Amino acid sequence: MSADFFYGIEVVINGLMAGVLYALVALGFVLIFKASGIFNYAQGVMALFAALTLVGVMEGQVPFSHLINAIFGTEIHHFGWHVPALLAIFLTLLVMVFFAWCVQKFVFRHLVGQEPIILFMATIGLAYFLEGVGDLMWGSDIKTIALGLPQGGSLWLEQATSGLGGDDFYGFFIDKLDIVATLVAAVLVISLIVFAQYTKQGRAMRAVADDHQAALSVGISLNFIWVLVWSLAGLVALVAGVMWGAKSGVQFSLSLIALKALPVLMLGGFTSIPGAIVGGLIIGVGEKLFEFLIGAPFLGGATENWFAYMLALVFLVFRPQGLFGERIIERV
Amino acid sequence: MFYREAGDFKTSYEADNQTFPIAFDRYRYWAVLAVAYLVIPFIINDYWANAIFVPFLIYAIAAIGLNILVGYCGQVSLGTGGFMAVGAYACYKLMTAFPDVNIVLHVILAGGITAIVGAAFGLPSLRIKGFYLAVATLAAQFFLVWLFNKVEWFYNYSASGQINAPERFVAGVPVTGANTAPWAQYLICLVFLTVCAIVARNLTRGTLGRTWMAIRDMDIAAEIIGVNPLRAKLSAFAVSSFFIGVSGALFFAVYLGAVEVGEAFGIQKSFLVLFMIIIGGLGSIFGSFAGAAFLVVLPVALKVIGVDLLGWPTDIVSHLQLVIVGALIMFFLIKEPHGLAQLWRLAKEKLRLWPFPY
Amino acid sequence: MKDAQDSYVTPDGRTIGGILMDMRNITLRFGGVEAIKDISFNIREGEIRAIIGPNGAGKSSMLNVISGFYNPQEGEVWFRGAKRPQMKPFQVARHGIARTFQNIALFEGMSVLDNVMTGRLNKMKAGMVSQAIWKGRAEREEVENREAVEKVIDFLEIQAIRKTPVGRLPYGLKKRVELARALAAEPNLLLLDEPMAGMNVEEKEDMSRFILDVNDEFGTTIALIEHDMGVVMDLSDRVVVMDYGRKIGDGSPDEVRNNQEVIDAYLGVAHD
Repeated sequence: MSADFFYGIEVVINGLMAGVLYALVALGFVLIFKASGIFNYAQGVMALFAALTLVGVMEGQVPFSHLINAIFGTEIHHFGWHVPALLAIFLTLLVMVFFAWCVQKFVFRHLVGQEPIILFMATIGLAYFLEGVGDLMWGSDIKTIALGLPQGGSLWLEQATSGLGGDDFYGFFIDKLDIVATLVAAVLVISLIVFAQYTKQGRAMRAVADDHQAALSVGISLNFIWVLVWSLAGLVALVAGVMWGAKSGVQFSLSLIALKALPVLMLGGFTSIPGAIVGGLIIGVGEKLFEFLIGAPFLGGATENWFAYMLALVFLVFRPQGLFGERIIERV
Repeated sequence: MFYREAGDFKTSYEADNQTFPIAFDRYRYWAVLAVAYLVIPFIINDYWANAIFVPFLIYAIAAIGLNILVGYCGQVSLGTGGFMAVGAYACYKLMTAFPDVNIVLHVILAGGITAIVGAAFGLPSLRIKGFYLAVATLAAQFFLVWLFNKVEWFYNYSASGQINAPERFVAGVPVTGANTAPWAQYLICLVFLTVCAIVARNLTRGTLGRTWMAIRDMDIAAEIIGVNPLRAKLSAFAVSSFFIGVSGALFFAVYLGAVEVGEAFGIQKSFLVLFMIIIGGLGSIFGSFAGAAFLVVLPVALKVIGVDLLGWPTDIVSHLQLVIVGALIMFFLIKEPHGLAQLWRLAKEKLRLWPFPY
Repeated sequence: MKDAQDSYVTPDGRTIGGILMDMRNITLRFGGVEAIKDISFNIREGEIRAIIGPNGAGKSSMLNVISGFYNPQEGEVWFRGAKRPQMKPFQVARHGIARTFQNIALFEGMSVLDNVMTGRLNKMKAGMVSQAIWKGRAEREEVENREAVEKVIDFLEIQAIRKTPVGRLPYGLKKRVELARALAAEPNLLLLDEPMAGMNVEEKEDMSRFILDVNDEFGTTIALIEHDMGVVMDLSDRVVVMDYGRKIGDGSPDEVRNNQEVIDAYLGVAHD
């Protein structure tokens, strides 16, 4: 076996791990889409916002301090305390639930029954709004998350596998953080599925996803369900934000991972949780492999920027309903 | 009192078909044109041209283009930035390859090239609908930006990866390059905008416009009454991309002069133009103007108020701007999905009946 | 059975011509479900042909086959004495087949006038450049077709609402505008899918009058689906009865009325 082959495998493994994170963001989309028909473009900015909030709370930053200072000429920045990680996560979750409630109360309750594309554009507006609020609250400088997540490559794995591919191969290089992220994402996905399948709220959620009217008629509160799914999406956003933030710092580019989740959804279908996971893995592996095999050697690199979209585009032309979506029968 | 249809009888279908059926509207239209052509060029200075007028004129062209696709034909596109880049790079390549040909022709040809590229990326719209299509157009956005970044031929192998507009003349007056006077910049953009707006208006009120709107409102019914969906959608993509390409070419050649593709034509540009037509009004030429004016003036106004008057740091003002734009988008979608144009229309309807509303 | 090309005169003095459209052994499936099972019938030139049957009998599917929206898995469609190849709906429209829809399919964002003008799309051939400058052919066509459309608008008595956005109209008027759009195409064959569904008696009378007038004045062949038996029996020359995707009756209103299978399908029959 040549070294290239093993490097190829390493690329696949890394692609799978990136794919898990894509899948995680995509999952947030699917949750909201299933329950309310809203295609939430703001999911990525929610991840950014959650990560910003977590860092801000942990470090005891004063929210909106820049704005307050600018208006009143004061010089406040920090409360001067540090909040322990678990408490900070809990507080951040509270913020995300509050955000979910606000979104429902002030925006989407007024847009019930609108066309999907109007809702989509509203979420683009929401994304801008939230990004602005996040920056105003916590400042726009790049932050690091100090949750004590493991960093760097896994030496153990590297050494254990170094003998596989001859002299040119130094073993698989895999970031420990990716491994943690994969595990956390897997746990989150499984618990969400369990939640949706076996709890009362989960059942109500699926009922709403199936038919709003029918759900209303058996006494399910649509409003409550919608706040619930937006909160769950907030939780997913927090996890994605932490993982991605730990990797590359909490900064604006974080919100762009949401864009990557879009082709994932197009592949997997907007309503399918397994679809989101499989789609995420396909995109993750696909773009890494394409870059490794074709992009970097022949096209000058950086093909990861567009490969996912092109793949989804070509795929959709042949199968418009996605991998797991139901066949669309048109009627008049 | 003068804003009346009463007494203004139409005796032919031609008269009934005209753009401004009410006499007062016609007078106002000529008045606006007169001010734009005969007054502003003489009083414009560098600051006003660069901060307000030139970007407004150029974005208005792009907004008209996108409005044809989204507002009239119902196909949402997030690829505007990429298509503007096609216009810019096509214009650059033409300008450097054929330096003797007039720049006006180059801009038009750049629009034509963009139309072809746009139609190619519009092909999937036959199979993909709604926001699936919106996401698919992101492929165009990211792929095109990447292409202009990576393939050196597009920027003539320059070391910086930028493209720079060489100096070109219209009737002996420089319109691109460093020595361009503000009024020349303004005037060439104004001419393009005027022609584009008239063409867009004519296309949208005729057969083509009706096929687009039919596809937008109910594509299946449209096909059954005889609309060829392939031709309707591709023509919308092509016409829309033509306008966007022209605006991209002007944006590069006349306004910025030097362009780095990811910075000038990134995904943010796509959203900016989309926001313009949402705020201005989907399916309205006037709305394209209103939206472009609004989103060009807003940041300038915020900067004047926040930074110059209140003395706030610029980053806070720019964050505030995000909040305001985002909130406005949601506000308009909730309260008035047809945007500023609809507010204007309602005001006119009231005015027409004033002072006896019943 | 009359011969294919024979024409005959109805008791009320209208001439019915030869066969315009001939459906031969049509079978249409959706996945495993057979919506239409081996149905044959024809439509003669100048007649009013009704398709009736209980809900889910496959009537609308049959209309969709005629207008090219569905392609049947088996069987042939013959139009004007020639076998029709597989076509897209817009190509069928160009052969002079226009229709209305069960759930009104108007273009809600456009005015009544623009909606009706879309009916004439296939008669307007001006190129894009001519349209862009609004000179020459485009301008001329716009006026000529407007004249034709105004005739239809007069005929259906909707002059007062011609500039109103369709979205603001009440149901009955929408149905009328939809008929106007179909008529504007000057079709050879007009398909009406439940033109009177959801109307009150007065509106039904108006619509019946319009249908008869269209047939009478323009000689348009009409195929319609309708649930109101009184209307069907009064309007139509011949009736096809469908049930569960099969044809169970075909003939003049009187023949169909006395057909035992049809009576069973409508009134129900005791299963043993």
